Amino acid sequence: MEEQLPAGGAGGDGPCALLPAEALALDGDEDDLEVFSKDASLMDMNSLSPTMPTSPLSMINQVKFEDEPDLKDLFITVDDPESHVTTLETFVTYRVATQTSRGEFDSSEFEVRRRYQDFLWLKGRLEEAHPTLIVPPLPEKFVVKGVVERFNDSFIETRRRALSTFLTRVADHPTLTFSADFKVFLTAPDGELSAHKKQGPGLLSKVGRTVRAAALALRGVRGRPEEFEAMSGFIEAFSQKMGLLDKVSQRICKEEREYVDEMKELGPTHALWAELEDDLADTLGGVASCLDRCCQATERRLRGLAEALLPVLHEYVLYGEMLTGVMKRRDHIQAELESKVEALTYKKADTELLREEVGKLEDKLECANTALRADWERWRQSMRLDLTSAFAASAERNVRYYEQCLATWESFLATQSDLYAKEPPEDKP
Amino acid sequence: MEQAAPDLERPLQPAPLEPLGHPDAGPEAAVGEEAEGAPDEEGPGDRTMTENNFCLKKIEISVSEAEKRTGRNAMNMQETYTAYLVETRSVEHIDGPSVLTDSLWRRYSEFELLRNYLLVYYPHIVVPPLPEKRAEFVWHKLSADNMDPDFVERRRIGLENFLLRVASHPILCRDKIFYLFLTQEGNWKEIVNETGFQLKADSRLKALNATFRVKNPDKRFTELKHYSDELQSVISHLLRVRARVADRLYGVYKVHGNYGRVFSEWSAIEKEMGDGLQSAGHHMDVYASSIDDILEDEEHYADQLKEYLFYAEALRAVCRKHELMQYDLEMAAQDLASKKQQCEELATGTVRTFSLKGMTTKLFGQETPEQRESRIKVLEEQISEGEQQLKAKNLEGREFVKNAWADIERFKEQKNRDLKEALISYAVMQISMCKKGIQVWTNAKECFSKM
Repeated sequence: MEEQLPAGGAGGDGPCALLPAEALALDGDEDDLEVFSKDASLMDMNSLSPTMPTSPLSMINQVKFEDEPDLKDLFITVDDPESHVTTLETFVTYRVATQTSRGEFDSSEFEVRRRYQDFLWLKGRLEEAHPTLIVPPLPEKFVVKGVVERFNDSFIETRRRALSTFLTRVADHPTLTFSADFKVFLTAPDGELSAHKKQGPGLLSKVGRTVRAAALALRGVRGRPEEFEAMSGFIEAFSQKMGLLDKVSQRICKEEREYVDEMKELGPTHALWAELEDDLADTLGGVASCLDRCCQATERRLRGLAEALLPVLHEYVLYGEMLTGVMKRRDHIQAELESKVEALTYKKADTELLREEVGKLEDKLECANTALRADWERWRQSMRLDLTSAFAASAERNVRYYEQCLATWESFLATQSDLYAKEPPEDKP
Repeated sequence: MEQAAPDLERPLQPAPLEPLGHPDAGPEAAVGEEAEGAPDEEGPGDRTMTENNFCLKKIEISVSEAEKRTGRNAMNMQETYTAYLVETRSVEHIDGPSVLTDSLWRRYSEFELLRNYLLVYYPHIVVPPLPEKRAEFVWHKLSADNMDPDFVERRRIGLENFLLRVASHPILCRDKIFYLFLTQEGNWKEIVNETGFQLKADSRLKALNATFRVKNPDKRFTELKHYSDELQSVISHLLRVRARVADRLYGVYKVHGNYGRVFSEWSAIEKEMGDGLQSAGHHMDVYASSIDDILEDEEHYADQLKEYLFYAEALRAVCRKHELMQYDLEMAAQDLASKKQQCEELATGTVRTFSLKGMTTKLFGQETPEQRESRIKVLEEQISEGEQQLKAKNLEGREFVKNAWADIERFKEQKNRDLKEALISYAVMQISMCKKGIQVWTNAKECFSKM
């Protein structure tokens, strides 16, 4: 899915070309999937975006989505990761706390502990029940590096946030929110969940379905309607762009990290020099402290980027994969119908039965397409909102960063102009 | 041992030097009773620019062009070098027109020759430094190649700066060789070499690490030498750190250019977001390309620091010269004292110091009274000579300290002024960079907010 970015600036052929693709290492071999501190207080609280985790209580009576129920009545948090060590394995559980005013729930507050496997199960169930709805993505199983770093603090924190976002998105989805499996996930005490998981289609029937799916996949879909062709085209291109944006943003984080590391020395070096001097000590000291302050501001900016922008982009990369899966499932239903129609055309016996089955499949396809169409629109809106607000917030962070640095340097200049008896020159044209 | 302390009652004198070998040696070469640093000293006669009065208000010097040349070097091999056009203009009145009076081409090695000459003939002056010979402290985008046009350009500016500094120095500006450097293209090298300055150069000055045990140096010079070492160290470190920071900052800005490209591609598949993404992409490109000007300006700050890095060396050289003079003085005094003692021993017959003659006399018999007399006489002559030399050296030493310290004070003020200005202009640069950043990101934010 990666596209090699050719070297050369988008805006002309100056010597200031973009870094060539090799330099960007856009081939997926990034060793720098760094995630920074868990200081959630620095995150932008963008109330419109569901990707920003907030406490359930603060969400009550907040913004509603256009096609959502009038008031949010289900609030979920994921926190308190805990490591469990057994003789067989080590794993992490998270506290999943729910607050709700819905009647169908036995109580208004629930607290359970869930592990990643449980989330996986839930997602699988939702996809099965609603094959053409856009189920939110889960964070990956493990960082694709070869070394499984499941218990690294920052990895756990990233995952925790992504899991929280996942549940909130499900809760906000007009259909998925009423899923029975979802309710069980949120409310069943820990022992009960495993019992519940064991229900559902048996192993043999699952295998049967997989075999049929494989056969159909080979056959392919004949006449995909144009609207879904367009959708599919969009999904492919979109996934690719998200992948690139994700990589570019990660690269920016890496470069900024290295910049901060070098910059940390600049202030102290000026301070060291100040110790050698008499008349110059004041000015040098001033410059040194400005540099220190700007360095701190740069670190804050970096943290913001890592904590607010990267997770959103990454989620949408995963959404790309989800959407591809949704398209596949839709196509699968259509392929099923087509193969039955074919059978009907060529078979002479069992025509009654076949016609019935075709009818059912036609309905099924009709439902699936309708569901997808509606959810697609919803997803598009939400995507637009999430991404534009994430980028806008990022831009705002940058503006504030430069404003802070500007203030620092301007106040330094003000002190100098007293001593210097000369008007500080106006900013350069 | 006498402390070589400045003697305020003596009339100020420039360091005693041999007059230059050139037949047209002007008034500055003579050792006169002129007050040091009298820039208003006119030459004989009229008010127009005299041959040797090159203070900044009277003339303008510029190194205006650089040209690649090929020629044959000393070993008759083809070489490529850069020649610089040195133009001199005289300014009759303030705000009046400047008239081009001289224009000639010089290469870097000739600048070096000029400077080496000045170092020998004015050891008590902190001689302005030349721009670096080879590019150092470069970050990845800058080339370390001497023929690179950016390097050549910065060197051109550095060479101009060097000439302006010399021309504005109250003593150096009156030097004949400097004048000829600006006015006589051909044969200049021969003239300089004819002065024989290389022979006069104290080779010990080059041996920077050799220590001479000096018993009573002027403490101020010792401290100053220590300061110049520290200054060199701290500025080099600063330049290195700065280069690395510049490198990193370049990377940060340039990667944002990739946002530009991806936003642009993404806009092609979107309907409502299309225009917004295009604009946002454009702003990212603007941001990415803004770093080039920013870093170019910062290069200027680095060059100002470099000048003082090299100035520190010149400062050190003056301290070193004092050390050597003091050392010579102490050696001469020691030598004199030992001769006096020898003489005394011979006269009184007591042997306190070891001498070969003494030993052999002991072993092989006493010398005759006549022999002893003649030896005493020789020694007494040597002692008298030695006393005169010591007096002269002492004088020389005190003069040196006085004149050198005066120039050092001048230099200190210049340094504080220049560096303060450089630091302030660095702050101004940062402010400009911040303002650009605010503008770009505000625009980008608007694009996203509107989508």
